[in-house]
Formats: sequence, C-alpha cells, structure tokens
Amino acid sequence: MRFDWAEETLTQLNLPSFHFAVQKSEIECLLRLFNSLVKRNGQRLDKNGLDHGAFRGILHNVFGMTDDVLLDRVFFAFDKDCDNRINANEWVKGLSVFLRGTFEEKLKFCFEVYYLDGDGSISREVVFDMLKHSLHQHLSEEESGEGIKELVEITMKKMDYDNDGKISFTDFERAVKGDPLLLEVFGPCLPTAQVQLQVPTA
Amino acid sequence: MGVTLTRSLQWTASGHGTRTLEATPLNDGILEEIILFVDTFLYEHPREAKFVFVEPLGWKTSLEPSAFGAGYVISEKTVTSEEVDKNGEPLLVLSGPHIRIRSFGQLSRLLHIAKDTKLRETRACLEANRDPVVKILGLDYNTTKGEDFSALSILGERSNDNDSEPERPMTVARLLRQLDVHLLNHALRHVSSEMPLNPSAIKNDIELLKHHAGKGEQAVLESIEYTSDYEFSNGCRAPPWRQIYGEICYVLVRPHGAEALCITCSTQGVFLNGGKTDDEREINYERKGKIYKDLVTLLREKSPTFAENMATQENKHNEEQQKQKSPPDEVPNKEAAAARAAPAKSALEKNQINFSRGTARRLQPSLNWRKPPDSKEHRSSVKDTLEEKHGAKLERPRASLSTGKAHRKSTDKIEEIISESSSESEEDEEPPDHRQEANADLPSEYWQIQKLVKYLKGGNQTATVIALCSMRDFNLAQETCQLAIRDVGGLEVLINLLDTDEVKCKIGSLKILKEISHNPQIRRNIVDLGGLPIMVNILDSSNKNLKCLAAETIANVAKFRRARQAVRKHGGITKLVALLDCGQISLEPPQPSLYETRDVEVARCGAQALWSCSKSYSNKEAIRKAGGIPLLARLMKTSHEDMLIPVVGTLQECASEENYRAAIRAERIIENLVKNLNSENEQLQEHCAMAIYQCAEDEETRDLVRLHGGLKPLASLLTKTDNKMRLAAVTGAIWKCSISKENVTKFREYKAIETLVGLLTDQPEEVLVNVVGALGECCQEYENRILVRKCGGIQPLVNLLVGINQALLVNVTKAVGACAVEPESMMIIDRLDGVRLLWSLLKNPHPDVKASAAWALCPCIENAKDAGEMVRSFVGGLELVVNLLKSDNKEVLASVCAAITNIAKDQENLAVITDHGVVPLLSKLANTNNDKLRRHLAEAISRCCMWGRNRVAFGEHKAVAPLVRYLKSEDTNVHRATAQALYQLSEDADNCITMHENGAVKLLLDMVGSPDQDLQEAAAGCISNIRRLALATEKARYI
Repeated sequence: MRFDWAEETLTQLNLPSFHFAVQKSEIECLLRLFNSLVKRNGQRLDKNGLDHGAFRGILHNVFGMTDDVLLDRVFFAFDKDCDNRINANEWVKGLSVFLRGTFEEKLKFCFEVYYLDGDGSISREVVFDMLKHSLHQHLSEEESGEGIKELVEITMKKMDYDNDGKISFTDFERAVKGDPLLLEVFGPCLPTAQVQLQVPTA
Repeated sequence: MGVTLTRSLQWTASGHGTRTLEATPLNDGILEEIILFVDTFLYEHPREAKFVFVEPLGWKTSLEPSAFGAGYVISEKTVTSEEVDKNGEPLLVLSGPHIRIRSFGQLSRLLHIAKDTKLRETRACLEANRDPVVKILGLDYNTTKGEDFSALSILGERSNDNDSEPERPMTVARLLRQLDVHLLNHALRHVSSEMPLNPSAIKNDIELLKHHAGKGEQAVLESIEYTSDYEFSNGCRAPPWRQIYGEICYVLVRPHGAEALCITCSTQGVFLNGGKTDDEREINYERKGKIYKDLVTLLREKSPTFAENMATQENKHNEEQQKQKSPPDEVPNKEAAAARAAPAKSALEKNQINFSRGTARRLQPSLNWRKPPDSKEHRSSVKDTLEEKHGAKLERPRASLSTGKAHRKSTDKIEEIISESSSESEEDEEPPDHRQEANADLPSEYWQIQKLVKYLKGGNQTATVIALCSMRDFNLAQETCQLAIRDVGGLEVLINLLDTDEVKCKIGSLKILKEISHNPQIRRNIVDLGGLPIMVNILDSSNKNLKCLAAETIANVAKFRRARQAVRKHGGITKLVALLDCGQISLEPPQPSLYETRDVEVARCGAQALWSCSKSYSNKEAIRKAGGIPLLARLMKTSHEDMLIPVVGTLQECASEENYRAAIRAERIIENLVKNLNSENEQLQEHCAMAIYQCAEDEETRDLVRLHGGLKPLASLLTKTDNKMRLAAVTGAIWKCSISKENVTKFREYKAIETLVGLLTDQPEEVLVNVVGALGECCQEYENRILVRKCGGIQPLVNLLVGINQALLVNVTKAVGACAVEPESMMIIDRLDGVRLLWSLLKNPHPDVKASAAWALCPCIENAKDAGEMVRSFVGGLELVVNLLKSDNKEVLASVCAAITNIAKDQENLAVITDHGVVPLLSKLANTNNDKLRRHLAEAISRCCMWGRNRVAFGEHKAVAPLVRYLKSEDTNVHRATAQALYQLSEDADNCITMHENGAVKLLLDMVGSPDQDLQEAAAGCISNIRRLALATEKARYI
C-alpha cells in the first residue's frame, strides 16, 4: 500500500526537472522517508505534509543544523508554494539539492535562503540581521553592535560588487565563484560533508 | 719581578712598537704594588738604593724641570741629579721629555716628586722598559730568570768577589725577587677574586635590579632591560660573534637623573660600551670606560642616586641583620632550592642553576642591599622576585619558546649536521627576526588586518569565514601583509583554527597560511607555534581539499631544517607518501562536489611537500622506508607537468643517496626521465637533467641513459644557454654521462664537444664546473683532445686556472692535465704559462685541488720540451713539491709521488730535490697500505735511486723492508713499480741483505713468472743482483 503511494507520487512529480544524478530509486527512498516522517508526526499525508516545527526537528536531528534563524529560512526556501507545509514534491526537490545538488543548485538555494522575502537581493539590514549573533557573547552590547556593523561593512565590501548597498544574485554568484567558502557566508544552511555522505546510505 | 712583568701583566695586542699596558684592574693593582715598593725603597734599603743600574731606565716623562727641587741641578730644559756614580755621571738626567735614571734612590725620589702622576710615570717606565731587570742587573742575571735559586747562587759568587763594594747586586736581586713573588701573589689573589662573571650571575644581578627599579624615591634605577630578548642556550644574549670575546649580554640602564647607559656584561667584568645607535638596532661594541667587577659597582660609580639609594638600603639591611641575625646566606640557598624545585627544567638549565649556587657567595654583595624591613617580608620579596621571574616567562611565551628552540637545536644539531646531505643549501641560517616597531609608520593594511584578526578571535564560524575570505583579498604575497598578520597575533589564531572541527575554517586558514608561508620568517614562526604537527594530522582528513592545502602549506614551510625534522618526527613523511597513492585508487565520484578536489591533485600536493622535505638526509630515508619510490615511479608515468615537476624534483634530491640510485634503476625511472627531457617545460627539463646528473654516478645508469636515447636531447639542450639553471643541470648530466666511453663517442657524434668548448666563457660558475668536468672526461680520448685543441678550448681552460672555486679548480686541472697528454696541446699550455699556474695551485689550501694539480703536472712535465729547464725555472717550486710529501692526504701524496717521478727524470732536478730531503720523506711514507700510493711511491723511489748515494740513503731510512711487503699486494701495477724500485735498490749490497732477510727472493721468483714483461725483467734483475752479492761474499769467504 505504502509502496503504491510512492509509485503514484513518483509519477506525479515532474521528473525531468531533477538533476539526473538523483536516481529513481533514491527518489523512492526519499518518498518513503517522507511518508514515515509525516506518519510519525501524526498527520495525514494526503495534502498537508510536514509543518514548520516538524521540518525544523528533521533539520536539527538528521542534518545537525542548529541555527534558529537559518532553520526558519531554510524552511521557507523549501516551501515553494508558501503554504507553511512541505509537501512531497517540495521535500524531494529540496533534498535533492541538499544531498546531490550541483554547485549551481546549491548556490541558488543558499541565495534563496538568505534573501528570503526580499526583492531578489540581500539588503544590508538583512545581512546585519543574519550576522548579529556571530560574535561571542563576552563582548558588551555596545561593543558587539559596533563589531557587527563593521563585520557587515567588511562583508558588503567583499560581496557587493556593484556598490548598490545590497547583494544581488549576480554579486553573490561572483563572490562565491571567486571563493567557494563564501557559499554559506551568512550561516550554515546546507548539511555538512559528513552528513551528506551518511544520509543516502542510511 | 721579571716573571710578573712578562706573564701577568696584560698587554694590549696592538702590534709591536706601540704595545701598551691595558687599563685593567689587574694591571693597576700590580702597578700600585710596584710604586709602593719603589716609593719606600729609599728608606727601607738605603744601601741598596745607591746601587747603580747597569743600564739606565729611560722613558718619556710628563714632569717639568721646574718640579724638581733640592738635590738637583736645574736648567731651563734639563735636570741632573747632584748624586753621581763613581765615574761622576749623574744618576738622573732629564732633558726635554726624556728621563734616564740609574738607581732606585733616584727612582724613589722621582716618585715623590711626581706625586699625583706616580701611576702614569710608572706605567710609562714599564712600557718603555719591557725588561727592567736586565737593565738593572745586567744581561747575565736575566738568563736565569725563573730559576731563582741558581740565579742567587751565581749572584752570591759574584758578590763575594767584590765584597767591599757598597752596591750589592745580590741583595738588589733578592729584593727584586721578593717583589716578583709578592706581585705574583697579588696577581693571583686578584685573579682568584676576579673569577670570571658567568651568565647566571649576571642574570641574577639584572633580575634583582629590575625588582628594585621604578619611579619611586626609593627605587635605585628607573629601568633596566636587556637589549635583546633572545637568550642562547648558554645563557648569553650577546650574538655569537661577540660571545667569543667573552661578552654575555648588553643592558640598557636608565638611572635616576642621568642619561641612559648602555652596558656590556662580559666574563671579564662590566663596562660601558659605545651605546645603541637608534636607526640601526646595532650596538657599538667598543669599550668606552673602565671595567668594573659587576653591575652594581659600575652603577654606583655612574649614578649618584643609585649609590645613595643603595647605601640607605644597605644600611637598613645591616641594621636589620644585627637585629634579626638572619644570615643573608639564606637567600641564595633558598633561591637555589626554589630553582631546584622548579619543574620541567632541562638538564642544561639545571647545570646553570647549580653553577649559580656555586657562585652564590660571590653574589652576596649584590644581595646585601635588598630591602627587608623584617625577615618575613624579606622572604616574600625573594619569593616575589622568583614569581616575577616565572611570571615574566609566562608572559613572554615567545622568549621561552625560543630558548627551548635553542636547546632543541643544540641537541639535534649533532645528529642533523652529520646527516644533512649536500643538497641542503638554502636558508639554513636563521634570519634575524625583525619585528615592526610599534611606533613606526604602519601601512593601512596593518589596521585592517588587525580588525579581521579580531573577528577570527571573537567570531563564530560565520564571522570567521567572512574574515578569512576578506583576509585573502589582501595581497598576501606582500611582506607587509604577511608580517602584519603575524604581528597582530594572527598566526596563532590561524593555527588554532586548524585544530577545530570546522572544515571551512580550516580550509580558509590553510589557504592563508599557504600564501604567507612563502615568507621565511613566517615559516619559522609557524614551526615555533607548533603548526606543523597539526597540519600533519590534517593529512589524514577525508576531505581532499584539506589534504591538498595542508600538503601545500607543508611544502612551503618545510624549506628549512628544523621544519623538515618536525614533519618527520610527527610522522608526516609516511602520510605524505600515502597521499601519492591517491591517484591510483580512482574512486572519484562522477560529480566532484563543492569542496572536493581530484585525487591527482592530492598526489601532486603530496609530491610537492615531499620535494621540500627531501632535502634532509633522514627524510630521504624516511621516504624510502615508507615505500615512496615505487609510488614516485608510478607517478612518473603521467604526462601532467604539474605533477612531474615535484616528482622529478623529489627524485633528484633523493638521488644523492646510493640506495636511491639503485632503486631508481630498478624502478625503471631513467626511461621516464629521459622521456621528459624532451618536454616543453623548462623546469621539468632542468629537474630531469639534474636527476640524471645525480644518478649517472653509476655506470649502469649511464648506459641506461644512452640506451634510452637520452644523450641526444642532452646534447641539443646544450645549445640553449638562456636558462642558466637548466644549463647547469644539463652540463652536469653530460659531465657524469661522459665518464662512460661509449657516451663520449655519442657526444662527439652529436657535436656536443664543440658546444662545450663554446661554453667555456661567459658562463656562471655552476655551469663552468660541469662543462670543464665534461671536457676533462672527454679529453681522456685522443680524438677529443685534438677536437678541443682545434676548437680553441685550451686557452679558456688555462685561463680558468686562476679561479678560486675549488670544484672548478679540481675539474680545470684535470681537464688541462688531460689535454697536456698531447704534445701539441702541451706547447700551447706551456706558451700560456699554464704549467706555472698549475704549479702555483699546489699551494691551494684544499687537498683535492692540490692533488688534482699535481696529477695534471705529470703529463705536463712528461710532454714539455726542455721539461727540466722549465721545472727549474719555477723559483721554490721543487721545494714546494717535496714539502707536499708531508701532507696527510693519501691522494695528495700519491699525486705528488707521481709528479716527483716525472721531475726526477731530469738529473739536475733530481739533485735539487735530493738536497731538499726527498729521500727521507719518501722513506717515511713507505709503510702505507694504500695501493695507489704504494704504486706511485715505488715509482718515485725507483726514479730517485738514480742520484748519488740515494740508494744507500733509502736503505738507511728503512724504506726497503716495507717495499718488499708491497709484493704481497693484489695490484699488478704495484708489483711492477715495486719490482723496479727493488731492482734499483738492489745495486746496493746492504739493501740486498735487507731484501733477502725480508723474504724478497721468493716473492720475486713468483714475479718472474708474470706475463708482464717489465715486471719480469725488473724482478729478474733484482734477483740477479742479490745472487751476485751472495756469490761475492762466498768468494770473499774462501779467499
């Protein structure tokens, strides 16, 4: 019965839109996983899918991601139709980037996580928001604020190539291609290498 | 007195005429004693005071005639004493500045007159009269100086003769002797009290002074500090070239109310030096004042405030002592005890501490003035000092680190020095560690980098990554940025990041470290901060990108010995060798993910790091043991130049070892080396040629190079002279390959010899050495000698004989010698005065050059026209050659024997060298076991027999018996030469007897059966001489 469901969903998905590296069997696996996760959360699977809290739990437990602000953002990046639920389609698409994504796909994904609701670019304020906890706590409020401001300046100087005060996708792409370390510049939003290797085999 | 004057007084070493007495405490003490003696002489020994000196003591005085009073006849310029000797001559004559005195009485009076300038007059007198005893008593007495009793007995005899005379030389002599003994005792006391200062004593003094320095009223000084933070393992801070003068350290002292003093502390004492020049960081080491026995004495003298405060503290202390009766001895003991208790002291440090305990008593004076209101506080103050000392150590981790470094170096050095191979060349000397001055104008990058480092320290992963990426936007190849990162403490943070779990931080940090480690200073800092073990651990990581970066950084850092050693000690070599294996597993994922790198890249980085490491002998061994050679051989098969260069580079370094060369042959690497000679990449060509150069020491390899067709590319590369490094490598390869005859034939085919001759001019020395070496080998063949001459190669070769490079000279002499075999070439050499140049190289300090020059002379003498005349024309040349027989280098001896064989062909020259004692010198060498030397020695002996009674002389110098033993050698050449020598020697009857006694006949009889005709003949001749003698004796018996 469960298997049938998976087959069914598989046919519903627009397969060619995936990267061919994700094999059919792997998608089946993902779907089965999705199925069990939804069940565990005691929800009906027909339309709702995973809600916010459940998804965060998964990110936390399975992928070891802990940054609250970013977990929300990852959720919204997964949730393409903005219904506050991750459905099977979104799940498979998201995880395929997570686990088998090419550099370009990851680049795009990260940018989506960071710019979130903006006009297609990351503003200085958003950067500040994302970096505001990046200094250790032992500094005083004021010092820390100053420090963050400067850090934002440094970041903008590095990444805002056209000097328009915000980081567009072009800026982002250029910066990351120049230095791949900048991919997750505003915080970890992809699983780490170890997890990447472990999950598919699990 | 004489003994003291000659042995104890410290004379300056400046030339002969101007030697003066140094102003040292010892000298001053002796002078004062002499003054006291002379001063009181008049009263204590009135009779002896009248004794007239044999010769007057004369010197330049500073006294004016006007200073003299009663008892003197004073004119405007001159003064004479009224006291006269029995001939009526005055005993004191002063004219101009010159004064001449002839009795102790007058000397004594003069010192009275001199008053304040006594010391100066005495000094001048002693400087002008280096041996006053001779002048006073006459030469006879001086001959027995030292053996005083015999001297006195002679004096006694003499004085008995003229007992009536009032002047008694004996008593005077006895008095002088007493003075001498007294002076020696004085000097001895002085020397024993002036036990040389040692580093730990000075250190203690300085630490104590530091404790009492400060701003307050009570403080004795404003500040006291070392000029250098670096402390050598022996406790000195002076640079090594100053340590040989006994200097220990330099301190900068700021006393209250006076200018800063720059003071040198040396084993002789403490003195002011020329001060520190501000711009240079150099110290003017020249002594500028008196030598004091310790720092406190000097400072007392120089700073009134210091003396005052010291005095008050001393008083306090004395009062305290009387009240509390606490002996100050406790202080050093406690200090020593505390020091003993201090954990983790190296053995060396312990020694120093024990030593300082030994000298504790001497330190007491400087401990006296510490301020102890009561005993408890006294204790605590001692503790404070100690704590402060330890604290200071903790605060300056760099300083203590560098001490540790020095220790490590001293222990490891022995091992390393022996084990380092010749390829170890660049930058092994530690460059001076110049840090930027805090106040100097700093570039704007400095502040920006400082800000970034702040984020590295205080940020989470996100902030750290941003800071790391931004840091890479600076030009990290620029020294300012490199040093800025270090100076703001960035290196520590970067290395700490390597120890975290954050892959991105590690990558970012390594990327920066990789760039800045191009700077030699940074390399050292990284090693000092313990960066290498962490990087070695990263080599185990599963992340290939990380592995690559770590290996590349190691490749940069391991450019000096200590770093290479650290890599090895932490197991880095094995891990690096393991990286080479990556390329083979080939489990590459179809999609190389974001942080992934290709396996080939990993292997390349590993090879790069091994290349750097392979400059140390022990590392070469480690690479081999880790199974690196087959892996390198496998990597040699690729066609990536990026990969090939480090691989060939490593092989080239390692090929200096014999077992590597064998392995390289076995792994069929030569084939690939030859193949890559044809590469487009100049660097690759260079390293391949270099590797062949190293490997072609072995004959088999030379053949392999030829069989794989390597000679042609080498010959064609010879024509490309723009890249000197490559040219040096290529010529080196040609040199070594041309040791094999077949290769030389090939080279001639490829017209390489003409090209080589063309390279004899306008090339750097590295190239020249190899070119000349190659020509030397080629010229062993007749055709090539002709070729070299026809190409005009002889003139440039002879011109090179005037060089100074040893390696070059060895090769040039060899090449010239090879050319000289051709009479026509010899004419050219002779015309260019080449023989004289060769001859003068016999004076070269290096034995290899000497030997090579002597070998080259042999064909020259053999083939020159009028060789005898030519040899004689070199003034002192023959004596030089004969004297070289005193050398202890076997090769030199053999070559000189060969030269003598040739020289002795001319009768006149043979006569000359006989006069120079060639026979005893040759005889002395006879007991050698070296077959090469034996052969040439035997030849020389047989030649030298041709003159006068040399045959007999060889027998007298016991050269015959050892020669007989040569016949037991394995070498036929030795047999032939020996048989000929014995034949010559057997013309003398006594020699025949010696030979017979040593069993020569049986050995010679065997030789008669030899296929070698010369040997046969000489052996037979010798036997016949011996036989004839036997017959003659028999006959004589019956008559």
